[in-house]
Amino acid sequence: MSYLVTIGLETHVQLKSKTKIFCGCAVEFGNSPNTNVCPVCLGLPGALPVLNRQVFLLGLRAALALNGTPSQRIKFDRKNYFYPDLPKGYQISQYDCPLGQGGFLEVEVEGKVKKVRLNRAHLEEDAGKLIHDQFPDSSLVDLNRAGTPLLEIVTEPDLETPEEAYAYLNHLKSILKSISVSDCDMEKGHLRCDANVSVRKNAADPLGKKVEIKNLNSFKAVKAAITYEIKRQTEALERAEKIVQETRLWDDAREKTFSMRSKEEAHDYRYFPEPDLVPFSVTTEEIERERKSLPELPKQKKERLILQYGLSNYDAELLTSDRKTADFYEDSVKLAGSANAKSIANWVTGSVFAYLGEHSKTLEETKITPQLLADLFNLVQNSEVSLQAAKEKIFPELIEKGAAPRKILEEKGLKQVSDDSALLGWISEAIQGNAKVVEDFKSGKESAAMFLVGQVMKKSQGKANPAKVRELVIKTLKNV
Amino acid sequence: MSLSKKTVSELSGLYQKNECTQKDVLAALSEAVKTKDADARKIHAYLNPASITPRHRKADQKSPLWGVPIAVKDNICVENEEITCASKILKGFISPYNATVVEKLLNAGAVIYGRTNMDEFAFGSSCETSCYGPTRNPRDPERVPGGSSGGSAASVADHTAIAALGSDTGGSIRQPAAFCGVVGIKPTYGRVSRYGLIAFASSLDQIGPITKDVRDSALMLSVIAGYDPKDSTCANVPAPDYTKVLGQSIKGMKIGIPKEYVETLENQDLREQIIDGAKKALERLGATVDIVSLPHTKYAANVYYIVAPSEASSNLARFDGVRFGFREKTSQSLLDMYERSRGEGFGAEAKRRIILGTYSLSSGYYDAYYLKAMKVRTKIKNDFDEAFKKFDVLMTPTAPSTAFKLGEKTTNPLEMYLSDIYTISANLAGVPAISIPGGISKKDGLPMGLQFLGKPFDEETLYKVSYAFEQATDFHKKLGNVK
Repeated sequence: MSYLVTIGLETHVQLKSKTKIFCGCAVEFGNSPNTNVCPVCLGLPGALPVLNRQVFLLGLRAALALNGTPSQRIKFDRKNYFYPDLPKGYQISQYDCPLGQGGFLEVEVEGKVKKVRLNRAHLEEDAGKLIHDQFPDSSLVDLNRAGTPLLEIVTEPDLETPEEAYAYLNHLKSILKSISVSDCDMEKGHLRCDANVSVRKNAADPLGKKVEIKNLNSFKAVKAAITYEIKRQTEALERAEKIVQETRLWDDAREKTFSMRSKEEAHDYRYFPEPDLVPFSVTTEEIERERKSLPELPKQKKERLILQYGLSNYDAELLTSDRKTADFYEDSVKLAGSANAKSIANWVTGSVFAYLGEHSKTLEETKITPQLLADLFNLVQNSEVSLQAAKEKIFPELIEKGAAPRKILEEKGLKQVSDDSALLGWISEAIQGNAKVVEDFKSGKESAAMFLVGQVMKKSQGKANPAKVRELVIKTLKNV
Repeated sequence: MSLSKKTVSELSGLYQKNECTQKDVLAALSEAVKTKDADARKIHAYLNPASITPRHRKADQKSPLWGVPIAVKDNICVENEEITCASKILKGFISPYNATVVEKLLNAGAVIYGRTNMDEFAFGSSCETSCYGPTRNPRDPERVPGGSSGGSAASVADHTAIAALGSDTGGSIRQPAAFCGVVGIKPTYGRVSRYGLIAFASSLDQIGPITKDVRDSALMLSVIAGYDPKDSTCANVPAPDYTKVLGQSIKGMKIGIPKEYVETLENQDLREQIIDGAKKALERLGATVDIVSLPHTKYAANVYYIVAPSEASSNLARFDGVRFGFREKTSQSLLDMYERSRGEGFGAEAKRRIILGTYSLSSGYYDAYYLKAMKVRTKIKNDFDEAFKKFDVLMTPTAPSTAFKLGEKTTNPLEMYLSDIYTISANLAGVPAISIPGGISKKDGLPMGLQFLGKPFDEETLYKVSYAFEQATDFHKKLGNVK
């Protein structure tokens, strides 16, 4: 029997700020423990928080890009709980007046567009880190991360499948990256997600008991954990067991969730307004200024690329998955001419993506530039080199070393041969060695000509101009 | 006369004329501490001898605070000093930084002299909850100096400091100033930076000077007031030179006496001297004195004892034994460590307030307690706004009695809380208030405090009226050591 699934996601995104949310300490990954700290982020007695204006603006940009309504009153609250990684014994967060209210994302899953409503987006500070593996009977506290600015983005329970959750996260990531609000580097913990999952039998039933899953360290883990949890919950219901409202931890290695705490053990966070930070107003002008400064979002960009360059939905999607790729593509098109937009798209989604995938690199980590790609394209376009040689011989060198395509072409002697006498020489050699092919052709088997073209290409080491060869082969065969 | 008995302005005058050196002054104070604070009379204004560590930095010698030793309450951070808020839980905590007020005083050439005793975490009105033991009132060592800035007020009254810094959350500067017969001001909320003040209740706390006379108070506030980018609640309002208004006439000044304060005043002595006597003195100076109503006054104590402990319960969460201060070392688990460190580190009154505050903020109670209290707090503030449409300042007694005896109220927390009844409204409304010697009790010879409350950021009018009253009555000079 099938069940209705309800999923909501809470995503913590690290905002791209040089300094922490309430002090001047640097936000840097990988430093020695407790070096990026000061009295404020250490929570020393007497120290006071001061809001980093840049963090507020980043949050505002995100709220706008996610179609939310920015709050015109900015207020912070304290979330009180004890844990050794939380130096003040409370986290400064936003409770009843989040920076962004509502909003939505339109996510594409298997060709269908799904609107995922957002509940809120609010600012808060990150906690420190505990290190448990240094000593057998004690733990260490590293507060470098304490005070790192986070934006928590909470969806409405609109998601219904693990695939939708996965697509939502990818889309969220591409938006936040495109507006330069976060680097969304999962390995550095820039994007962390908790999932709420419940199941029920009929649409008329009330929502099932909600289970919160934590410790989801990758988008794949989110998908796997939700899949697991749906199965666990439906099987339990099938056995007529009751689902308990609880928090469960995902174990990536064992691919299972485990109970962490039940509702009865849930914290009472005793939220109250943070008295150390004075609420302030944001004017409509400030909000509109920020809205106008937003770059084109991935979805708008995709739609424009389809219209402007006649790209397929698939290619446009691939090219707009992150802003740097899209910029690279468009810059290349500008140099190669927009009539060649489709061919350039094939280069980027073909050779470039294949290289990046094979070497696990990002575009910026290679030497390729829009100019180099356009130059290479023009060499092919002007028949100075065959497409095959361009792809196989010039492109790898170009992307690895950043060498000019013409220089590679000259060094490797790859210049395409279109000269009749040279081509005819290779053609007559080919015909001499393949008398049967000539007969086949004469008896009406036109494909025989293509075999000869291939032979000529081989003899010329790919340098022969294939169109010209084909023309000459047919002409020659007809005259034999 | 010993140099320790000088006021800030007198001492400054002597320095300018090269009639004494900083060394002379420090020696005189050291002698005074030895004979009065520690040994014979055991006033115990300072935490202990180790807490006296004078520090000074190069500054303009013309500055009026140059070379002036100033005692600092043990909840204001001084770099490389142990700061404890008179609590066992902070024993061993060395502050790595200076509070903004300490920076400002050092830059003005003042000597940060030593750290004074207080009620633990400023929770109290008698200076009896300190883990260092109680401070006594120099006017009568059988009596309390008031609290929580009892050590600071006692040091100034006893001439073991030239002036001192206190902090005031519900009267913690003014009530001890009244009990010890000195001058104490709680500035407008946001007038003085709180950076480096270990928070009790963040929305109520203010640092202020405790001094021998009104001029010294104005001198000190002029130095410590002003914008601080490190404190978001500190107002970006320029700080004037408060001494400029001293000596100006108060002719035509409109002074209101809140009727709700007088109605509840049972002490006949206070009523005669502080209400009737002060009224006459001020009228003789040309002011008009009339009755005003602050109708929500009766809720002030209730509101205060919800808001202040709520904030305190959160502010004190960082004292958990993890990173600094006291940790119970035999604990077997994290929860055990938290419970035992806090259980043994905090005193009874601190625990009482943490429990009160945690309860008020708890799910299901928040709306009925904290939220409601905040709404009434707004009404209390509105009362003041209304009153200040008609009056320049308000006057009240600072406390409902003179200094009480040690141990008299320690068993009854509620009665102890009510000794702040006239001072807490100023904190709730954020307005400035000053306590000056307003009379001497006929019954016990103890000082009685007169409180003036002013409009937000109008400390100048408070100083103007206080100085006029002080010069006309000279109570500050008539007070001696009673016993």
